[in-house]
Amino acid sequence: MNTTRRTVLKGATASGVLAGLIAAGALRPTQVLAADWNKAAFDAKDTSAALKGLGAGTAAESKDLILKVPDIAENGAVVPVDVTSNIPNTSSIAILVDKNPTALSAMFTFANGALPDVSARIKMGQTSLVKAVAKAGDKFYVAQKEVKVTVGGCGG
Amino acid sequence: MADPMKIRAQMKGDVAEIRILMGHAMETGQRKDAAGNTVPAHFIQTITIDVGGKRVVDGQTGTAISRNPVFGFKMKGAKVGDKVVVNWVDNKGDKRTDEATVA
Repeated sequence: MNTTRRTVLKGATASGVLAGLIAAGALRPTQVLAADWNKAAFDAKDTSAALKGLGAGTAAESKDLILKVPDIAENGAVVPVDVTSNIPNTSSIAILVDKNPTALSAMFTFANGALPDVSARIKMGQTSLVKAVAKAGDKFYVAQKEVKVTVGGCGG
Repeated sequence: MADPMKIRAQMKGDVAEIRILMGHAMETGQRKDAAGNTVPAHFIQTITIDVGGKRVVDGQTGTAISRNPVFGFKMKGAKVGDKVVVNWVDNKGDKRTDEATVA
């Protein structure tokens, strides 16, 4: 916890004071709030709509984008996914599952030395293609692989 | 307040590996309880990681992340002793911030 910020919060009786500090750059808003949640992309029911929400209309397949998923997932509630991009200047990676009720699982933006490499555990309702979409510069790249699910992880 | 996160940050050569375990139910909003009522969605929406005072990863997650999420990231330019600050916020406004140091 940032102690200076706490003192400032305590001292600021009017929210205007705080807003003024943020405007003045004394408090960096990036540390207070993360980027807004992309509701349009996360609410999208299918992959193409989710990609549109991310601003990725067309994505080219790339061998430099490596998606590691199991061939068969016994438990759809926990499917390990590992995405590594060897595409230069990759700035963000998104993970999508074609046949999930909402296609987009997660997206990550990298900066300040972070490598475009992420591992996560996702839920899958049924056997489906899993897609990794990477953004490098203005272009989007995709890698995909099918995961067979024996027990779904989305319903009751 | 949610359970504390477990954060491990370790240098492997010149790359720091950061692993985070969060304690969260990650309800999809599609599951029904024993009485047949839909369990409302409750899931982490945003995740941020700062290392050494710099924003390194900015993440957004949907309902399709597993319960008690685990994430792994890698970064260059970190050094032993750098502070790692991880923060998440869920769709109900609950949040949690935890820290670790790069070892």
